[in-house]
Amino acid sequence: YQRLGDVAFNKIEKVSGELFTLMYGAIVIQVLKDADGDAEQTSTQLEKMGYNIGMRMIDEFLAKSNVTSCRDFKETGEVIAKVAFRMFLGVTAECHHSAPTVSPPADGSPQASSDAAFRLVFVENPLSEFVELPEHCSNLAFSNLLCGVIRGALEMVGMRVSCRLVKDTLWGDEHTEISVVLKEVIAEHYQDDED
Amino acid sequence: PSSHGGMGSYSFVIVAGGDNPIYEAEFTPAHKKDAQDSANLNQFVIHAALDVVDEMLWNSSPIYLKVVDKFNDQLISAYVTAGHARFMLLHDVRNEDGIRSFMHDVHELYVKVLLNPFHTPTQRIVSETFDARVRALGKKYLN
Repeated sequence: YQRLGDVAFNKIEKVSGELFTLMYGAIVIQVLKDADGDAEQTSTQLEKMGYNIGMRMIDEFLAKSNVTSCRDFKETGEVIAKVAFRMFLGVTAECHHSAPTVSPPADGSPQASSDAAFRLVFVENPLSEFVELPEHCSNLAFSNLLCGVIRGALEMVGMRVSCRLVKDTLWGDEHTEISVVLKEVIAEHYQDDED
Repeated sequence: PSSHGGMGSYSFVIVAGGDNPIYEAEFTPAHKKDAQDSANLNQFVIHAALDVVDEMLWNSSPIYLKVVDKFNDQLISAYVTAGHARFMLLHDVRNEDGIRSFMHDVHELYVKVLLNPFHTPTQRIVSETFDARVRALGKKYLN
């Protein structure tokens, strides 16, 4: 997938990295202002914006990246990390798969089926270069737009996921990490037009 | 206080477009630290030098103005950025090369601060990383 990623990156139109970073920064500041400085609301808003972007981005991705169908959710993670990230952000992420939990919950409730999940880990983040979070919004999920993009894109190809920014270099962590958990595989509904 | 080459005391201020200081730092070796009053005097002197800087800018458009003013036996060097932020350094020893390098490197750090979307040009610089790095540069070039 690394090679596919590089090929896609070379084919796609590029914009100045700094322009991209500055534009995103301006968007975040504006959303924060509109939310009266509420960091949590801003994080949610960014995710929603990302969702709308992801819904549309998936078509471009599939058209330009030449990837084939993924056999399982693990592969989905690899494709996002190596191809999509490279193509749209110019950076490669690592995809870490967690072993599904098997031990039954302590409170005796029926065990939920172990959710397929993966974590996208990356150190360089073009969205947040030069950014330092001020104290009054130190819990802002600055790159939450990415979570929305992943959620929106995957929904369009039949997977309902929950996506969360769990680590961020802006929060003092050593890298940025997005957790993606598969909630439901959406069955396709075919409308019978003939009736 | 007599000036002996090398161990000078320096007072550094960044003044934004609206003539309000957005960053201050002192680089003074311990044995020369004065009373609190001198801090206010330094600010006053630097502020007065701003007028000299502005006048010089009318006539030419340099970046590094070197020594622009003198007060008693203290000198003031200035460096102006494209966005009209003025780096003012109050010092009592001549150290042109060191000061020039210092100003240049601080300028790079300053640009990075400006690129932070949370920072507005007229706001005080609150970044601790910036402060730590400027102090490290001060140690490197000014002492």
